[in-house]
Amino acid sequence: MTPGEKRNLRNGLLFCAPWFVGLGVFTAYPVLASLFYSFCDYSILQSPVWSGIENYQRMASDVVFWKSLRNTLIFTVMALPTGMVVALVLALLLNTGVRGMPAFRTIFYLPSIVPLVASTMLWLWVFNGKFGLLNWFLQPIFALFHASPPAWLGDPNWAKPALALMSVWGVGNTMVIYLAGLQSVPKELYEAAEIDGAGAWRRFWHVTLPMISPVIYFNLIMGIIGTLQVFTQVFVMGGPEGNPARSTLFYALYLFTTAFYDLRMGYASAMAWVLFVIIVVLTLVATKLTEKRIHYAA
Amino acid sequence: MTPPPLRSDPRKRKLVLRTALAGVWSTSFSLLCLFILTGCSRSNDGRVRIVYWEKWSGAEAAAMQQTVDQFNRSQDRIVVEFLSTSGVDRKTLVATAGGDPPDVAGLWVFNLYSFADRDALTPLDDFIRAEGTTPERWLERYYDVYARMCEYRGKIWALPSTPATTALHWNKQLFREAGLDPERPPRTVAELDEFAEKLTKRDPKTGAIARIGFLPQEPGWFSWAFPQWFGGRHWDGRDITIGTDPANLEAYRWVGSYTKKYGLEQVRTFTAGFGGFATPENAFMSGKVAMVLQGVWMDNFIQQFAPGLDYGVAPWPAARPGQENFTVADCDMLAIPRGSKHPKEAWEFIKFISSMNPTAQSEEELRGMELICYLQKKHSPLREWSPYFEQHHPHRYIPLFRELAASPNAISIPKIGIWQEYRRELDSVFENARLLLKPCEEALAFCQQRIGESWARHRRSLERRNVAASVSERNDQPLAHACGYDESRIP
Repeated sequence: MTPGEKRNLRNGLLFCAPWFVGLGVFTAYPVLASLFYSFCDYSILQSPVWSGIENYQRMASDVVFWKSLRNTLIFTVMALPTGMVVALVLALLLNTGVRGMPAFRTIFYLPSIVPLVASTMLWLWVFNGKFGLLNWFLQPIFALFHASPPAWLGDPNWAKPALALMSVWGVGNTMVIYLAGLQSVPKELYEAAEIDGAGAWRRFWHVTLPMISPVIYFNLIMGIIGTLQVFTQVFVMGGPEGNPARSTLFYALYLFTTAFYDLRMGYASAMAWVLFVIIVVLTLVATKLTEKRIHYAA
Repeated sequence: MTPPPLRSDPRKRKLVLRTALAGVWSTSFSLLCLFILTGCSRSNDGRVRIVYWEKWSGAEAAAMQQTVDQFNRSQDRIVVEFLSTSGVDRKTLVATAGGDPPDVAGLWVFNLYSFADRDALTPLDDFIRAEGTTPERWLERYYDVYARMCEYRGKIWALPSTPATTALHWNKQLFREAGLDPERPPRTVAELDEFAEKLTKRDPKTGAIARIGFLPQEPGWFSWAFPQWFGGRHWDGRDITIGTDPANLEAYRWVGSYTKKYGLEQVRTFTAGFGGFATPENAFMSGKVAMVLQGVWMDNFIQQFAPGLDYGVAPWPAARPGQENFTVADCDMLAIPRGSKHPKEAWEFIKFISSMNPTAQSEEELRGMELICYLQKKHSPLREWSPYFEQHHPHRYIPLFRELAASPNAISIPKIGIWQEYRRELDSVFENARLLLKPCEEALAFCQQRIGESWARHRRSLERRNVAASVSERNDQPLAHACGYDESRIP
């Protein structure tokens, strides 16, 4: 190394140093500390006391923990595919080249920039069983069958579907990523398919989908990570208890109340690590299952 | 090929220099900010500056600010900086763990016991003794129910700022419409059910509920107290008893009886139309519910959102024979977190808030506790009231709330370090009962098992740190008593 290179290396490292320190102090240390705390009896307020695998053992027999995990998985199964399909459909529509397209794109993206708490408060009114916009539409339809529409957030059976429905409102980000993917599909492929006599459906199935498969995969993984950690909406809608009747007690919510209300940071840390493992496993499974169907040709 | 060193290009060199300069500037600016934020705990005039975090916002915060100003004017040694802080308990928790807490924290009662169990508060006993009195004598100035809240494991952890008691609020106009005597509220639970039935109106065509006399879940804030109201207990000082005391079962069955009587779907649709608490659509203020259990603060909201409402206030109806003046009491507390930089000065402020001017003849002469309670339109937790406070109080029903504060049947939350968790579990039992999801026995048995385990775990955790052991040694009492439980106090 010449003296000049050495100097450059030194300067480079010096310039990077604040970020290395930041990463170490604000990310790496807390992550490793939480792993240590997960094996401790720790209340935040006092120094941790080693308790072995007690927290993990307790988790296995904690009925409410399993309930929160089940609620979260049910929500994921409802919200994730719905969100992905709706986002894709919107992206396809916004990719058709109709007049005033930028305006439409803005409008459909707009809900994503509304702060989550604000939009959740809004949806509380949409879902209102008596005066809600949704039931205002549904009332006449249900009346045909002499029934009344669900009370949504007032009914333990309908609270999760309501939340899943609400999550569709925030698909803007996913939609934009799809849109970027759609625009990078080479035009000549469509032309070739058209010349070969492919209709709209075949063009979509045999050209569009394979070409944007990496984007779909990306959105799937981000979706899994996002929906498993959903917190703000449920905290605003169901409170820390996950009302009604714990039907909206999601994993992150239970973790939060355990840590900051019950002062069981050790147990909460263990829950966080279990969630981490669940997400890693699901991501690996998703990767394995989609491996053969993803084409990075573009 | 290696790139030429930066030095060779004067433009690049300039850029590096400029970036470095910017770095130096931003670092010094951050340090300056940090210094401004944390560095100076002495104000310009040499007075000690203490920081006080409080949960209130709006009018309640303005009232406290006025009282803080009075304290700051009253002496020339200490300046209190009052900060309205949302989620004050969580922020105090994190700040205390981080070693930089506020000097005074306005906490909820339920925080005291769990914080005290984790050694996060400074006991006030020594400060009180330094005033030349004993903790017991100091607490005698307060109504019993508030004094009891401050004491836990044989120490005083906080002192009241403003108190509350709860009472039955009834809509006199709706009583008249239903043919009931508007001056005669229900006195027993049986009467409450009977009046509720008479006050309930349905749409003659659809059968939908148009108005309801009473609903246990409106607002449902005190549903945790229903077991005690019905003569049951949450724990006996050693063990959790929620699932073993038959009175508790009776309480939750009573909750479910309302849903059974009026119909699950009907009630659900009707209650969906209720607005938020602090809105004109509030179920009680808009006349949708004729009777509610609410606190001394309710009048403030009625004056704001339904000024013409003709309502009365009475003790909770008796659920047991001879249960007079039953009420659920609550209190905002001032505590000194562990690690406070100026505990002595913090105590001076708390002492000021605990004081009053016994001869006050005008609003200007109200001092400390009475000023804050007057401005927040609440009763004082102190037994002694000044003539002005007593005679010119802005809340027209204040004598009743004072009577309830003095009641031997005034209860507050159980003094147990896992109360937040217990409370959530009780909410779950309540939800099960009112939505008829599970038989009450089953829900209570689940709660018993879960909280029983949690309580055992909490005690194990305390023993790990020798808290329980050292306390019971000193008091020469079993753990139950060391936990501050006093059986005779439970009605």
